[in-house]
Amino acid sequence: MTFYLVSAFLYLAAAVIMVPLAKRFGLGSVLGYLMAGIIIGPALGLVGQETNTIQHFAEFGVVMMLFLVGLELEPRALWKMRHKLLGLGGLQVVLTMIAIAGLALAFGLAWQTSLAIGMIFSLSSTAIVLQTLSEKHLTNTEGGRNAFSVLLVQDIAVIPMLALLPLLALAQFTPDSSTLASNGHHTQTLLEMLPPWASALAVLASIILVVVIGHFLARPLFRMVAEAKLRELFVAAALLLVIGIAALMSLVGVSPALGTFLAGVMLANSEFKHELESNIEPFKGLLLGLFFITVGAGINFVVLFENALLVTGLVLAVMIIKGVILLGIAMAFKLKNVGGWLFVLSLAQAGEFGFVLINFSVSQSVLPPDIVQILLLVVAITMFLTPLLFIAYDRIIVPRYQSKSEEAQSDNIEERGKVIIAGIGRYGQIVNRMLTASGVSTVVLDARASQVETVRSVDIKSYFGDATRPEMLHTAGIEEAQMIVIAVDDHHGAIELTQHVKQFHPHVYILARAFDRGHGYQLRAAGADSVVSETFYSALETGSSALKQLGFHPFRVEQKMHAYEHVEEAASDELYEAWKTGSEGERYSSDFRQLFLKLEQAFKTALQRERHEKHLSEDRVWAPPPKRYTDELKDNDQSQ
Amino acid sequence: MSRKILLLMAHPAIHRSTVNRSLFKLADQVDYVTAIDLYAEYPDHHIDIDVEQQRLRDHDVVIFQFPMYWYSTPAILKEWQDLVLEYGFAYGSEGKALHDKLFICATSAGGSEDTYCATGYNHFSVRALLQPLEQMASLTGMRYLPPFVLFDSRRAADGEALKTHQKRWRDLLVQLQQHDVDWSFADQAKRSENCLEQLFLRGETP
Repeated sequence: MTFYLVSAFLYLAAAVIMVPLAKRFGLGSVLGYLMAGIIIGPALGLVGQETNTIQHFAEFGVVMMLFLVGLELEPRALWKMRHKLLGLGGLQVVLTMIAIAGLALAFGLAWQTSLAIGMIFSLSSTAIVLQTLSEKHLTNTEGGRNAFSVLLVQDIAVIPMLALLPLLALAQFTPDSSTLASNGHHTQTLLEMLPPWASALAVLASIILVVVIGHFLARPLFRMVAEAKLRELFVAAALLLVIGIAALMSLVGVSPALGTFLAGVMLANSEFKHELESNIEPFKGLLLGLFFITVGAGINFVVLFENALLVTGLVLAVMIIKGVILLGIAMAFKLKNVGGWLFVLSLAQAGEFGFVLINFSVSQSVLPPDIVQILLLVVAITMFLTPLLFIAYDRIIVPRYQSKSEEAQSDNIEERGKVIIAGIGRYGQIVNRMLTASGVSTVVLDARASQVETVRSVDIKSYFGDATRPEMLHTAGIEEAQMIVIAVDDHHGAIELTQHVKQFHPHVYILARAFDRGHGYQLRAAGADSVVSETFYSALETGSSALKQLGFHPFRVEQKMHAYEHVEEAASDELYEAWKTGSEGERYSSDFRQLFLKLEQAFKTALQRERHEKHLSEDRVWAPPPKRYTDELKDNDQSQ
Repeated sequence: MSRKILLLMAHPAIHRSTVNRSLFKLADQVDYVTAIDLYAEYPDHHIDIDVEQQRLRDHDVVIFQFPMYWYSTPAILKEWQDLVLEYGFAYGSEGKALHDKLFICATSAGGSEDTYCATGYNHFSVRALLQPLEQMASLTGMRYLPPFVLFDSRRAADGEALKTHQKRWRDLLVQLQQHDVDWSFADQAKRSENCLEQLFLRGETP
């Protein structure tokens, strides 16, 4: 127990110290984790052999990340990407595999071994690339999307690769039990016990099972859990889903990441999308961080220094070969400028699946044990260099294209940011309908699962989740939002939400719905940019209807209505200030009451007043000049 | 001489505009022009009379910028006149607030120039059609300048016409700010259309 606590402390301490430092110097979190790993591993020797085991555990972060990526990708979007996936991704994997295998052949390795090495280095690091892309808000750029397509294909390509590797076995490297021990990846699969046709069937059946679970079973389950209103139970349910699918996939020998990705896609349309995201994300973040630390800690400096020249040469060769192939593909697919460079620089490394394939190859006697250490080093170092390539992208590539793209865009109509709508009751529904009908993209949240279900049945896309929770706001995209409409039924929750958004996301415009005057003032004090009382305008309409029904001329009624609004608006600041000075205990001070009475009087005069010769009214409407006014008019032309 | 210009622009569908939006944007970037989008400011047509009267007091040139709608201004500019040009402010024995300000219409017309004459299907010149505004200027003591017109406006953006018009617009704003008007020439050419550029005494200040 003590041992685990101490090593957990070491990992956490290294991360907590190094990552903020790395971020401060603009290096990104991934490099921070990697350096933390180097410090506690090879540099200080605080952690040792157990990193390998921890790494397998931490790879689960990648599985969770793919689940989250899937959640962001609706099935239709995935289908739309199919050409890109096959074209970009397929070409990248095949071409890189051939080129690297060729290089290995040139080194005099057997063709089987060369092919295995080609497979290992054709893969890039999903973990580093996606993490860095989202950190730099590049996920939705052209280059980012294309990079993602390739990563997705690579994750799929791992399945046939794992199937193919045993066929490349070489007799001279019969498995050595010690190398097998560290690898938990293949030993527990069902496949080994089954004939090939049955194993193919098992894979197919489990993929179908994932789709069925994602599409039909998960939602009722989550709805039931949501109704229980226990926060930790939802976290447990979310973990249950991800871990369950990962376990199933491992059993049949399919990449667990791919399985959870699929489940994520199936749930991308569901109302629980954001709630799931906000629950899984902290686990993913921590595990990925741990994974990066173990990559850093796993760099074997002894082997590195003994073969410094060879390793450096191989690292450069791998990155240049991958880069050149990516560049060729980018050009063939007309990916130009900034997007093309992002595509090339982000994917020119080997990845975590490389570790998996290396271990697997060793166990299948495809790789001679003597080159394994070198290969592991090359994979780790290319991963280590990737954040540096992103920095190069930021500092060298982006500035070169910036001025050009700004010019080109200056004439476009400015893009509207998205709007978060908290609360989809009677009020939020109207607001949302107006916005979406005008083409504004909204993210609708409501803390009542039953309400979400109801509005979903009338085609309002909404998500289950309590907007007053900061991590929920985060997954709903508050960072990129332009505005939040607060229409939650909970009076106090609305005020807290306003305060939170004002404090942590000051760029977001806050539109709040108030229940009454006092609530409105509280929202205003909490920092709402605009407050609308839910009853004010409907009551005004009712008053107008009454006047019209009583025989007042409709246009005159319209003017009275406007006058009322105007007086209210003009007095609102003064009333608010009076309310603020009132003590906590009594809601309205006597000052406030007096002002309110004054307001009553102002309404009366404004609504009764006609437009006179000397304008007294605050609300003036058209009125005739005095009866004899023509007597005094002269021709201005003649007077000049 | 340095005049301050008040530009009152009325276009009920500015998002579909090609001509007026670009002219308005150009004017908005000029520091001596106060450019007001009336439909944006008063989407419900409830015009704030006090604000508008103060704006008039603060400026020396008033421009109405609008696309021709049924041979006149869009509705809000009429409402603006009805409400803002009050007795005792703009006319009447006490109403001298607008005296000696310059007034000009900058408008765009869908028809080509040759349709705006007695033999064309529009029968009247633009200046003739805008006579109510000319008389409004007269009664309120403003000096009326011939309208600044872009004809054939729906097709202007396709060719060079809009670019030329924008150039003329920039020059006009400079002239309105700095140059004196040759009133004797203006009187001679009183009812003519195309004398706007010749009206200004270039670079001279008294």
